[in-house]
Amino acid sequence: MIDSDVPIINSKLLREKIQENSIRIIDVRREQEYQQGHITNAVNLPLAKLLADDSSESIQKIAQDLGISDETPTVIYDDTFGALSSRVVWALQYIGHVDVKLLDVTFSQWTDLGYEISTEVPKIEPAIHSVKINSEIMATAEYLEKVKENKNVVIIDNRERLNYLEQHIPGAINIPYRTLATEGKIIRTKEGMKTLLKNRGISEDAEIITYCGSVGTLSGLAYYALKSIGVQNVKLYVHSFKEWKSLEKPIVKQENANYWDLSAE
Amino acid sequence: MAQQLRPSKPADKQSKIDWSRRQEAENFAETVKLFRQGKINDDMFRRYRLQHGAYGTRMTDDYAMVRIKVPAGQIYPYQLEKIAQLSEMYSIGSAHFSTRENIQLHWVILEDVSEIMQSLADVGMTSREACGNSVRNVMCSPMSGVCKDEIFDATPYALAIARFLLRNPICQALPRKFKFNFTCCEKHGMIRIVDVGLLPQIQEINGEKRKGFKIFLGGGLGNRSFVGHQLEDFTPVEDLLYTSMAVIRIFDRMGDRKNMSRNRMRYLVNDLGWEKFQNLVLKERSVVKATQSVIVKLNLDDSVNEIQRPISITDESASVPDGYARWEKTNVEKQSQSGFNSVFIGLEAGDITANQLRSVAEIIRDYSAEGFARNGFSQNIVIRYVHDDDLKSMYSKLLETGLAKTGSLTMASAVGCSGTTSCNLALTNSHRLAKEVQRKFLELNFDEDDDLKDSTIKISGCPNSCGQHQIATIGFYGGGGRHGTNMFPNYTMSLGGKFDEDTMLGHHTTRVPVKRIIPVILKIIELFKENKQSDDTLAKWVDRVVNGNESSKITGVEDIKKALAPLIVPPNIEDEPDFYMDYGSDTNYHTVTGKGECAA
Ligand code: HEM
Ligand code: SF4
Repeated sequence: MIDSDVPIINSKLLREKIQENSIRIIDVRREQEYQQGHITNAVNLPLAKLLADDSSESIQKIAQDLGISDETPTVIYDDTFGALSSRVVWALQYIGHVDVKLLDVTFSQWTDLGYEISTEVPKIEPAIHSVKINSEIMATAEYLEKVKENKNVVIIDNRERLNYLEQHIPGAINIPYRTLATEGKIIRTKEGMKTLLKNRGISEDAEIITYCGSVGTLSGLAYYALKSIGVQNVKLYVHSFKEWKSLEKPIVKQENANYWDLSAE
Repeated sequence: MAQQLRPSKPADKQSKIDWSRRQEAENFAETVKLFRQGKINDDMFRRYRLQHGAYGTRMTDDYAMVRIKVPAGQIYPYQLEKIAQLSEMYSIGSAHFSTRENIQLHWVILEDVSEIMQSLADVGMTSREACGNSVRNVMCSPMSGVCKDEIFDATPYALAIARFLLRNPICQALPRKFKFNFTCCEKHGMIRIVDVGLLPQIQEINGEKRKGFKIFLGGGLGNRSFVGHQLEDFTPVEDLLYTSMAVIRIFDRMGDRKNMSRNRMRYLVNDLGWEKFQNLVLKERSVVKATQSVIVKLNLDDSVNEIQRPISITDESASVPDGYARWEKTNVEKQSQSGFNSVFIGLEAGDITANQLRSVAEIIRDYSAEGFARNGFSQNIVIRYVHDDDLKSMYSKLLETGLAKTGSLTMASAVGCSGTTSCNLALTNSHRLAKEVQRKFLELNFDEDDDLKDSTIKISGCPNSCGQHQIATIGFYGGGGRHGTNMFPNYTMSLGGKFDEDTMLGHHTTRVPVKRIIPVILKIIELFKENKQSDDTLAKWVDRVVNGNESSKITGVEDIKKALAPLIVPPNIEDEPDFYMDYGSDTNYHTVTGKGECAA
C-alpha cells in the first residue's frame, strides 16, 4: 500500500486513501466505543478477543474473519496511546502478514485533527490467510534468558518507573511507554527517538528486546517506536514480565528506598 | 454551524521572564556521556550536575532528582502541564512541591535529564543553580501582593534579584549554597532562617515615602541552625542590589571552603560575631557602590498585573457541595482586595499526580483572575484572585480530582522532607510519616479545631533539617534507636519552634519511636486541652511550656517528658514486630546511607 519499510502510516495519508476499498482498517477499541463512531470504513476488533487466544491459528482466523487475505493492506488504530494497536500489528506480522501499518495517531487525535468518522459498519467478506510464522520478531523467556548477557543485546522494560524499580528482569533498562509519545502522535519524531537512544547509549545496531507487564502492549508500542527509526533487530517478549515471574526467573529490585511513598496516586 | 454559546477562554498568561538557556541541555547530555566514559572524574561531574539542578538519588548512580526552580513561586498553567507530562515521561508520574517553591522530579534516569531540560526551555523554566553551591531559588511569600498586612508587594524585587543572580559569574563558585527569601509580612514568610531574608518597609523621610526592606542576614537551618540578624533599620530599595552583592562578596571571600559541614554563611557570621560581620557588609556595600564603573541596576518590572475575572462559570442553582464549609474555613484566606480570595491546595507532603497537575492548570485558567499560581512555603499550591462567588464551584472542581483536601492552613498539613524515598542521607521515611500524620489529623477533624490552627508539624529524615523541623511547633528528625539487638526508627522531637517575628528554634525534648509518633502528638494535644487557658492555642501553650512560663500542671518540658515516657518504651520484638519497621517497609529497620551531597 505504502512503499516504506516502516510499518507506520501517517494519518494524513490514510485519510487520502480511506476510500480505497482494498484497505482494511481495524479499530481496536471496545465494541461499544466503536459503534459510537469510528474512522470511516474501519471494522472492530476488541483487543480482548485477540488476547483470549493468541495462537497463530487463532490470529489467522481473526484475520480471515476480518476479510484480510495475505495481500490486504491493513491499518490499525486504538485510543490507548497506540499500545493496543501495536500489539495487533505485531500479531499480524507474526503470522506473516506483510502489508500492515500502525496508524500514527489515536482515535481521539484523529478526531482532534477534524478528520472524518462514521457510524456505518462495513460489510466484511471473509478471506483466506496463510500462516508463515515470523519467529524473528518474537522473544520467549527461554530465548531472553539465553541471550541477555550478550554484549549486543539490550532489554527494555516499558512499564512505568515505579513498577520497574520494584522489580524487573536483570539487566533490563527502563523506558516508560509515556516517553515514546509526542504531542499529538503516538510515537516521537524520528529525531526525538534517535536522541533518546543516543542519550541512553543504545546502539541502533543492537538486538533489542522489549517487554512490559503482561501481554506485550506497552512494549509493542516500543517495538514500533524502534522500528520507526529503522532499528533492524527488535523482538517483542510478548508474554512479558507476568510470565517471567510465573516461571520464577531471576528478578532484581531497587533496594533500600521507599520510592512508592513519593507517589500521590 | 451551531453558534458558539460561550466565548472561548482567553489565551494563557505568559511568564514575563524566560529563565532557560537551551544550550545547557545539550551540554548536559554531552557531559553525562563523558562522565560515563570515565573522561570526567566524579567530583567534577557532581559539581557540574548540581550546578544544573540535578541531585543524586538514594543508593544509586543511575538516577537523579531534577529540581525545577520557580522564582518567587510564580507558576503558569502551561508550565504545570509541561511538568505533568515530564513526570509521566521521565519520572514516577507524580511531582513534588518543595518547601522552597521548587518543583522536583524524582527517580529520573541521569541520561534523560537533558531531555527534561530541553522541555523546560520550551516553557521558559530552568533547573540551573537549583542545587550546589549557588544562589538557590529566590523565594517570595505566596501572599505577596494580596496579604492584608503587607506594606508593598515584594514580588517584582524577588524576581529582579533572581534574574540578576542567575548565571551571574559572582555566584558560580560560592563556598556553599545561598538562600534568599522575600516575604509580605512576618507571619507568611520565613525571613530569619535564610542567608538573606527581606521584609518590605516604607520609611518617610522629609515627607517623602521611600520603599525599602528590613534585611536579615545569616540565618539558616541544618545540622546547626541559627536565626538571622537585622542588618540595619531600613535598607532603601536603591540599595537592595548593592547590599545583596556586598553580602555575597564577603561570603565568597571569607566563607570557609574547607570544612564542608560548617560553611554556610551563618557559621561565618557566628565565628566573626554579628557586629563584625555587620560592619564588613556595610563597608563592602560602600565599596561596591563606589567602584561600580557602570551603574548596575536591577531589571525591575513592577508593571501592574492584569486582574481579570475569567468568564463566570458559576452555576447559581448548584447546591453547596458536601464539606464546603470545612474546606473554606481551613483552606481559604481573604485577600486585601475585596471580593477576592487565595485558595490553598493541600497536597500530601507536597506530592501531586500528573493528572492533578493538569487539573490545577485548568482550575487556574477558570478561576484565577491573575492567571497564574504561586507555590507555597509548605509543599502546597496557592491559587489567588478567586472571586467570592466562584469559591463553591471551584471547590467542586477540586473535589473531582482529589485536590480538595482540607486543613491546608492548619496543623494538619504536615511537612515531610524526601527521607528514604529518595535521599541519600536519610535515616527514616519522614516523607511517608508526614502523610500518615496528616491522614490521622484529617480523620480526627483536627483541621477544624481553632486551637490547633496556628501550630505546625514538620519532619526531617535526618538532622539536616530539609523538613524544617526546628521551626515547627512539634518537629521531628529521624535517627535509629536500638532495643537489645534490634533497631527501630527513632525520631528526636523538638517543641516550640517558630518562624515569625519571634523566630525561635524548637527545644529538643525527647526521642520518639516512629510508630509512637502519632500517639505522642495526640498525647501532647490532650495535655494542652487539659491545661489550656480559655483563648489559648497549642502554639502559645507550647511556647509557654518550653520557656518555663506555664503555670498549670505542666510547667516545663520535663513535665511533658514525664507524661510521654510510658508511651515510648520499646516493646519486645515478638510482641510487636511492626514497631521495628519503618512506614512503607515490611522488613526490620536498619540504617543505610549513601554519599551525601549537601555540601557539594
Ligand atoms: C547536609 C546536607 C543538607 C542540608 C544541611 C540541607 C538543608 C536543607 C534545608 C535547611 C532545607 C529547608 C529549606 C530551607 O528552609 O532552607 C532543605 C530543603 C530540601 N532539601 Fe536539603 N539539605 C541537605 C541535603 C539534602 C539532600 C542530600 C537532599 C536529597 C537529594 C535534600 C533534599 C531537599 C529537599 C527535597 C528539600 C525541600 C524539602 C521538601 O519539600 O521536600 N537535601 N535542605
Ligand atoms: S533532612 Fe536529611 S533525609 Fe531529609 S532530605 Fe534532608 S538530608 Fe535528606
